[in-house]
Amino acid sequence: MALRLPPKDAVIIGLGWTGSILANELTDAGLDVVAIERGPWRSAATDYPPNRAQDELRYRIRHGLFLQPDQTTFTFRNKMAETALPIRNWGAFMPPNGVGGGGVHWNAETWRFLPSDFVLRTHLTQRYGARFLPADMTIQDWGVTYPELEPHFDQFEYLCGTSGTAGNLMGQIQPGGNPFEGPRSRPYPNPAQQQPFSHTLFAAGARKLGYKPFPQPSGNMSQAYTNPLGVRLGPCTYCGFCEWFGCGNYSKASPQTTVLPVLVRKSNFTARDQCEVTRINLDGSGKHATGVTYVDAAGKEWEQPAELVILAAYTIFNVQLLLLSGIGTPYDPVANKGVVGRNFTHQTISDVVSFFDKSKFIFNPFIASGAIGMCIDEFNGDNFDHGPHGFVGGGYMGQVQTNGRPIETTPVPPGTPRWGGQWKQAVRDNYQSTLVPGTGVHGSMYSYRDVYLDLDPTYRDRFGRPLVRITMDFHPNELKQNAFLTDRFAEIFQAMGAQQVEKQYRKAPYDITDYQTTHLCGGAVMGTDPGTSAINRYLQSWDVPNLFIMGASAFPQNAGYNPTGTLAALAYWSAAAIRTRYLKSPGPLMHA
Amino acid sequence: MTNLRRRDVLTGTALVLLEGSVARGAVVAGHLPWEAAPERAAPPPQPGHWVFFTAAEGPMVEALAERMIPPDPHTPGGKDAGCAVFIDRQLAGPYGSNEGWYNRPPFRKGIKQQGPQSPTTPAELYRQGLPALEHYCRAHYGGKGWMDLSAAQQDAVLHGLEDGSAMLEGIDGKTLFEAVLKDVQQGFFADPIYGGNRDMCAWKMIGFPGARYDYRDWVGRHNERYPYPPVSIAGRPDWNPKGG
Repeated sequence: MALRLPPKDAVIIGLGWTGSILANELTDAGLDVVAIERGPWRSAATDYPPNRAQDELRYRIRHGLFLQPDQTTFTFRNKMAETALPIRNWGAFMPPNGVGGGGVHWNAETWRFLPSDFVLRTHLTQRYGARFLPADMTIQDWGVTYPELEPHFDQFEYLCGTSGTAGNLMGQIQPGGNPFEGPRSRPYPNPAQQQPFSHTLFAAGARKLGYKPFPQPSGNMSQAYTNPLGVRLGPCTYCGFCEWFGCGNYSKASPQTTVLPVLVRKSNFTARDQCEVTRINLDGSGKHATGVTYVDAAGKEWEQPAELVILAAYTIFNVQLLLLSGIGTPYDPVANKGVVGRNFTHQTISDVVSFFDKSKFIFNPFIASGAIGMCIDEFNGDNFDHGPHGFVGGGYMGQVQTNGRPIETTPVPPGTPRWGGQWKQAVRDNYQSTLVPGTGVHGSMYSYRDVYLDLDPTYRDRFGRPLVRITMDFHPNELKQNAFLTDRFAEIFQAMGAQQVEKQYRKAPYDITDYQTTHLCGGAVMGTDPGTSAINRYLQSWDVPNLFIMGASAFPQNAGYNPTGTLAALAYWSAAAIRTRYLKSPGPLMHA
Repeated sequence: MTNLRRRDVLTGTALVLLEGSVARGAVVAGHLPWEAAPERAAPPPQPGHWVFFTAAEGPMVEALAERMIPPDPHTPGGKDAGCAVFIDRQLAGPYGSNEGWYNRPPFRKGIKQQGPQSPTTPAELYRQGLPALEHYCRAHYGGKGWMDLSAAQQDAVLHGLEDGSAMLEGIDGKTLFEAVLKDVQQGFFADPIYGGNRDMCAWKMIGFPGARYDYRDWVGRHNERYPYPPVSIAGRPDWNPKGG
């Protein structure tokens, strides 16, 4: 029997990026807020200080900062006719855990999705006709537009101190930036990071082919920065232990380094760590949330009543809590009805490994940061004419030098034996003169009728709750996209003078052991039609209006960028709607 | 000695040391009185003092590591780099028992893209696999065990395991091979605090500076070889006082 706690104005499930942002906004509005986080508290200074954070085995190989599958995991199959089996150890993606969430160990690649991404179905149908899209592709418009989100992209970038070069300032294209980006109201808060050798070569090669390369927008600081909340970040030292790792140098934007120091000092904020929410509770009508039930580290069950519930966990856990709480109609791919679990997507990633003359090139691959890159955007979204190619979607591509950590990054030319003296010699010969982009081709994955989430009939978590079942495979559209993009990417490395270029195309079937990114999206998507979306354009549940659902689970399909910039902008957009409209008159902010 | 008495003695020693340092002061000359992340740095592993492996298993894994990463004039092989010591300590720890994995039944055979579905842990794989390897060698090389084979014969066995032509009894030889290869290479390249990569030999081989932390002066120096030697989480031998 759960013990009932005194009620709060708002309860937030999950204290990662979106949970921290919502907590800060709602406490500013005067609400009494509690955040409940499944994992431990994490602090930059004590949990991963620079004198021991640089441990490739502990963090990259043994997954030191991630959720452990014995706490909870998912089952996976490619096709609906197959039996799903549990993910026993992480592979294709790495679910975060603990305060700060994925913001602790992300690369900090901080993008804005393209204006056309938010009106995708309308845009593509107008340009190419409805018949150009595969029949089973279920892409849709978001219900929110880029101009509406622009102030909130800006808010997040200034919170983070994002380092970058503007490409479009209020409609004026800027030299050296991304000419394809949506108009921004002001420049990035910090200049772009310094570029290592390989990046300058990539830029020259890209220019030779007629492209317009630009530095990747980075949440790694190019210089010391004080954000609008008064929190200070230090300059990045290019240590090469960023993605998969925490930054104890306060040089990578994370909730810990941008917002939590302010949030925890507020008397109207409380966080509870190592507490896992197991259910969102509803009243008898089923249309009003009364709070949440959670289990603490000792296994004790608690009920936290609240007027407002913010679901801000990782994509799949948002969907899981909706399914287990009986909120929204579960998606049925056969009848093509229901919304919870629908339009689940990931990413279509590939890479190109390039071997250069070792007597002429020394790249020092260990001089790196998570988001230090030189990129092009000519092949992202609908920045190019897809008519001749027979597919839709795309991605940015770039030389992003994230690391020279030797367990992961000791490339040898194709055909080299996997062990023995020849292997050892090849490792020695190629380490300094080979490029392995940490992010190569970063392609979109659009949504399909048979790619979705539901509850597994067999496997259960430590509380006896069903695991979420992932049904996912690559579709021909994404494979065509990837082949085209990977070939274009390889041409740039050839133009840079590589002796040998190994193209690692993304191929079907989707493999749960092969890491792509942790950018799982969809499953509780936003929109303007409750028949095809779980939440409205303000991220408010259609079914339970005092529930708002943050994060990439809102994305109707995934674009060719890292998602954090966009999901954070959505969080600010939703928070603004809650503060200016919902709190004055609690109830649905949109009517179907 | 009982635990209680042992604890008394340890506490007493700590007090004496504390008082001693206060009373005596420290003479610092020629080195920084430096101690690396003391809560992380394990004492340097001693070869032959196996934690997980038996006296027979340890040398077998050393020989496996030595063929997978043979010595050359510049860099030691897998044995002298400490790869077997690394694996020994890893198998005795959380890695050896798949701690943190989803280990609930039912265990069903899946397809490759569904990932590992076996309840067998790495520790069990080595414990069952090494005798099976020994048995295979004796059966195919006139009664000679793994340790008695020539380097060329050992390589032939490894190639057979890798391509699936060498069948072990009661265990999948390729699974064993892949696990050993992965573990040996991880031990070679991981920070020396885990027992492999002794003297940072693998990092010196490729020019990886390890846990150095600040490359701000170097990010703009293009196509220049970074000149400084590697640093471990536990520092460098020459940071410590002589005889320390």
